[in-house]
Amino acid sequence: MSHAEGHSWQNVGNCRPLAYAAFVRVFVYFLSDYQGFYCNQRPHWSVAEGPRWSDLRPRCPHLGAHSLCGHWISSSKQPTCRRALRGHKCPTGCSTSPIEQTLSPGSCDPGKGKTELVFWNLEQQAELLSWGRGQGRASNSEVLAGAMVLGEGVKHVGSMGGPQGLLSTLKLTCGEWTTAPVASAFPALLGSLKRFHLSHKVTSVVPESALLIVLGLVLGGIVWAADHIASFTLTPTVFFFYLLPPIVLDAGYFMPNRLFFGNLGTILLYAVVGTVWNAATTGLSLYGVFLSGLMGDLKIGLLDFLLFGSLIAAVDPVAVLAVFEEVHVNEVLFIIVFGESLLNDAVTVVLYNVFESFVALGGDNVTGLDCVKGIVSFFVVSLGGTLVGVIFAFLLSLVTRFTKHVRIIEPGFVFIISYLSYLTSEMLSLSAILAITFCGICCQKYVKANISEQSATTVRYTMKMLASGAETIIFMFLGISAVNPFIWTWNTAFVLLTLVFISVYRAIGVVLQTWLLNRYRMVQLEPIDQVVLSYGGLRGAVAFALVVLLDGEKVKEKNLFVSTTIIVVFFTVIFQGLTIKPLVQWLKVKRSEHREPRLNEKLHGRAFDHILSAIEDISGQIGHNYLRDKWSHFDRKFLSRVLMRRSAQKSRDQILNVFHELNLKDAISYVAEGERRGSLAFIRSPSTDNMVNVDFAPRSSAVEASVSYLLRENVSAVCLDMQSLEQRRRSIRDAEDMVTHHTLQQYLYKPRQEYKHLYSRHELTPTEDEKQDREIFHRTMRKRLESFKTTKLGLNQNKKAAKMYKRERAQKRRNSSIPNGKLPTENPVQNFTIKEKDLELSDTEEHPNYEEEMSGGIEFLASVTKDTASDSPAGIDNPVFSPDEALDRGLLARLPPWLSPGETVVPSQRARTQIPHSPSTFRRLTPFRLSSKSVDSFLQADGPEERPPAALPESTHM
Amino acid sequence: MGSRSSHAAIPDADSIRRETGFSQASLLRLHHRFRALDRNKKGYLSRMDLQQIGALAVNPLGDRIIESFFPDGSQQVDFPGFVRVLAHFRPVEDEDTETQDPKKPEPLNSRRNKLHYAFQLYDLDRDGKISRHEMLQVSRKREQEM
Repeated sequence: MSHAEGHSWQNVGNCRPLAYAAFVRVFVYFLSDYQGFYCNQRPHWSVAEGPRWSDLRPRCPHLGAHSLCGHWISSSKQPTCRRALRGHKCPTGCSTSPIEQTLSPGSCDPGKGKTELVFWNLEQQAELLSWGRGQGRASNSEVLAGAMVLGEGVKHVGSMGGPQGLLSTLKLTCGEWTTAPVASAFPALLGSLKRFHLSHKVTSVVPESALLIVLGLVLGGIVWAADHIASFTLTPTVFFFYLLPPIVLDAGYFMPNRLFFGNLGTILLYAVVGTVWNAATTGLSLYGVFLSGLMGDLKIGLLDFLLFGSLIAAVDPVAVLAVFEEVHVNEVLFIIVFGESLLNDAVTVVLYNVFESFVALGGDNVTGLDCVKGIVSFFVVSLGGTLVGVIFAFLLSLVTRFTKHVRIIEPGFVFIISYLSYLTSEMLSLSAILAITFCGICCQKYVKANISEQSATTVRYTMKMLASGAETIIFMFLGISAVNPFIWTWNTAFVLLTLVFISVYRAIGVVLQTWLLNRYRMVQLEPIDQVVLSYGGLRGAVAFALVVLLDGEKVKEKNLFVSTTIIVVFFTVIFQGLTIKPLVQWLKVKRSEHREPRLNEKLHGRAFDHILSAIEDISGQIGHNYLRDKWSHFDRKFLSRVLMRRSAQKSRDQILNVFHELNLKDAISYVAEGERRGSLAFIRSPSTDNMVNVDFAPRSSAVEASVSYLLRENVSAVCLDMQSLEQRRRSIRDAEDMVTHHTLQQYLYKPRQEYKHLYSRHELTPTEDEKQDREIFHRTMRKRLESFKTTKLGLNQNKKAAKMYKRERAQKRRNSSIPNGKLPTENPVQNFTIKEKDLELSDTEEHPNYEEEMSGGIEFLASVTKDTASDSPAGIDNPVFSPDEALDRGLLARLPPWLSPGETVVPSQRARTQIPHSPSTFRRLTPFRLSSKSVDSFLQADGPEERPPAALPESTHM
Repeated sequence: MGSRSSHAAIPDADSIRRETGFSQASLLRLHHRFRALDRNKKGYLSRMDLQQIGALAVNPLGDRIIESFFPDGSQQVDFPGFVRVLAHFRPVEDEDTETQDPKKPEPLNSRRNKLHYAFQLYDLDRDGKISRHEMLQVSRKREQEM
C-alpha cells in the first residue's frame, strides 16, 4: 500500500522488499517446476516428501530468511542445488537452519523468536499429523519429532507466561508477526461462525461490519481482562500487505466494467475533487476551531491538522461495500460510491505523504516548489499505479493464454500476478490499490475467456473467500484494536467537531459536485441520491491503518488522532451503517406513496420501461458510445487476438453456448420427468415404442407437475401460495384467473433499469438477466428468421438453412462482442450476400467446435439422436407448427405467446419445457418431449429448416 | 461512425429543431448516432439497421419499437423522421403546457402526443383502436415463458 510510501520503509522495516522477493521467488518457481519447488520449501525437520502449500504462507516478516532461507533466490546456482537444499545446506554456505535464524539475535529478539516458533510448529505439527495420516508413510518418529519440538516450545512459553494459561500462551505466541496467521484463524473462524448462525434477519438490520466491530470489541475486552496487554492490533503491514489486496482485487475482478467506465467521469470527480475538498475543509476548519481555543492546549500546527484531514477524508472501500451490500440502491449510485472509494486511494496517498513530509520538514520550511511537487506526484502516483495495473493485467491475460496444459495452476497465476501488481506498484511508491484494481478490471474479460471452467470457478470462489475473510478480519480487528487504553486520548471538542465536519463537508461537497455534474450527466443524480452519497461516505480501516502509521515523534498528538479516527470509523460504520437503510427506505417512501401497484399499472409500467430502454438504445444515450465503439473495435481487432486463446475467441459465439445450455437443461428435465414417472426406461430404449411406457397423466396431475417443476426451478413464496391455492379451489375460472395473474406478475421480463445487486463480496449471484436476455434474444432472432424465410421462399431448402444458421451466428457474434447497444462496424448486409459456398465451407470448419458443444449436453440421448438424423427436416412433428385445438378452447389468455396466431416464433426447447402455468401446453408437451423424434432438442430448438448441413455428427454417440 | 469533423451539416437543422424542440447539442448527438446506425452512408435507416442494435434484440418490445420508426409500412426513415420519433420522449416541460400557443401545432413531447405514440405501439393494425387481441399481444410480449 503506498500509504506506507517513503517513510514507511523505516516503519515497516525492510520486510517489504523481502516480501516482494519472496513473492517473486514463489512465482519463478511456479513457472519453472513446482515439483522441485515443493522440495525446496520443505522445512528441514519435516518429512522428506509430500507437497504442502501451507509452507508457502508467510509466517514471519523475515520471510526470506525464515521459511525460504533467504539466500536461495540470490543464488544463481539455485536450480541445480535443489537436492542439496534438502539437506538444508544453503548454496551461499549459510549453514543456519531457518529456525536457528529465527532465533538468532540479529533477526528477532530471542523471546519473540521462540514463542513464535511455538506457533509455527503447532501449525506444522498439525499439518504433519494430518499429512502423515493421509500418506500413511510418515514414520512415527518424524511425527514425534514434531510433537517434541512443540512440547518444548509450550514448556518454554509456560515458564514465561506463568499461570495465566491458555489465553496468555496464545497471546504470547502472537508476537507482532504471528499476528497474521493466528489472528486470521481465530476471528475468521468466529466470523464465519457468526455468519453461519446469524439469520439474515439480523444482518438485514445491522450491517455485518458493525456486528463484527462489536464482536471485536467484546473479544478485545476479554483479552484485555485476561492480562492487561493489548496484544492484537491491526498493524498497517498486515492490513496493507495481506488484508487489503484480496478485497480490492475481488472488487476489481468482479467490477461491472461497463457501468464503471460509463460513470468514470463522475467517479473521478468525486474521488479526486471530493477527497481534496474533504481533506482541506476538514483540516482547515479544525484548525480554525483550534485557534479559537475551544480544544484547549494541543501541540498541533496547521500542517498536522491538514495531515489528519487528509487521512480522515477518504471514503473507505471496505466499509462502503460492507454497508452498501445490504442497502439496495440503484446501480449508478452504487458504482459511484464504490468507484469513488476505490479510486480516491491515489489522492489519499499523495495528500497523506505530502502533508507528512511537510510536517517532518516543519511548517516554515515548506516552499512553493514542494507544493508543486506534491501536485505532480499526484499524477505520477495515480497514473503510474494504473499503468502498473494495466501492464500486469496484460501479462496475466497473456500467461493464461498459454496455460492449456497446466490447468491445475491457472488459478494461482491469477492471484499471484495480481498480487505482484500490488507489490510492484508499492515498491515503486505508486498507488497499489489503483494498480490491483485496474489489474482486476482489465484482465477479467480475457482471463475468464482463457481459463478453464473449473479454474474459473476456483478463482471465483477463492477470491470471494479471501475477500470475505479479509473483510471479517479487518472489522474484527478494528474492534479489538480499540481496546487499548494507551492509545486513548480524549478531547471532546476535537472528536465531536471532526465528526460534524466530515459529515457536513461531505454533504456540501456532494451537493456542489452533483450540481456541476448534473449539467453534463444524462442520468441525473436526484436529491435522494445525493443524500445517500453524502451519508454513505463511510470511513474505515484504511484511515485507521494510516493513522497508526504516523510517526509519533513528528506528530505530537498521534494518540489523539488515533482515538479520533477510531471514533470516526466506529461512528460511520456502526451508526451510519445502521441508519442508512431506514433512511433510504424512508426517503423512498416519501417520494412515492407506498402502495401495491395494480396489475394493470405493473403491466404498463413494465411496458414503458421497455419502451424507454429501447429508445435509449436507439438514440444511444447511455454513456459514451462513440468511445466505446472505438474501444471495442480495437479490442476485437488487436487485444483479443493477442490475449485470448483461439478457441476462446471462437467460443464467443454465444449461440453455441446457449444451445449447449439449453440442451443440458432439457436433458435434465427430461430425466427428471422420467424419474417422476418412476422409470427411466424410455430414455434407454431408442425405439419409438417407448411411448407405450409412458402413461399420459390426466390434466390435474399435469398441473401439479408443472407447479412442482416451477418450485424446483424457482422457489418463492408466491409459488407456494399458488400451489395451495390451486389445490383448494378447483373452479376452472379461478384457476385460469390465477394462472394468468401469476404468469403476468411473476414472469414479466424485467426491464434493464430494475435495481439489482451488482457486486457482493459474499455471494456469487447467477445472472438472471443474462438468461432472460438470451431468452428474448432467441425469440426475436427466430422471428426475424421466420420473416426472412417467408420473403425468400424460392431458395433451396438446404442452402437456405445454411444461410440462416450462418446469419444467426454471425449476428450473434457481432452482438455478443459488443457489450450493449453498440454498433458493429462491419456491414450487416454482407451477411445476406455472402456466397453460399463460402458459408458451407466455413460451416464445416467450425464444425468440430459445434460437435463438442453438443456431445456434452445430450450424450445420453445419443442413440435417439441417430434416429432423428435420418428424418427429413420437414417430417418432425413439432407441435408449434401443428394446428392447435387448444386455441379453440378460448383459453387464449393463458397460452404462451408463441402459440398465438400472429406469431410464427419457434420457441427454444427450454422455453417450451418451462411453461408451468399453462397446463394445456404442458400436456401437449409431454408426448412431444417423449417422442423419439423430438428428443434431439438441439435440432428442434433450431427449427428443422435451420439445421446446418453438417449438423448431425455421428460423434454424438460418445 | 462519424468523426468529429464531419458532423457540421445537418440538413434542415433549424426546422427540425423548431419542430422537435431539441437543443442544438442534442441534435448533433442524435445526428452522430443516426449516422453511426446508418452503416452504408445511405442517408436513411432501414429496419435492418435498427435490428442490428444488440440490446434491442433482447428487448421484448424491440420489434414493436423499431416498427414505430417506420410509419405506414415504409422501408426507410430519414433523419428528420428519426428525430421526430425520438422527440416524443423529451420530458414534458412546464412552460410547454402553460404558455401554449393555440395556433402552433402541439409539440411532439406533449402528453397527448406521448400517449398517442404509446397507443400506436399497442395498435398493431393501425385501425385507431386497440382490440382485445392487440392488448393481449403486447402483454404477452412481456411475459417470460421460462
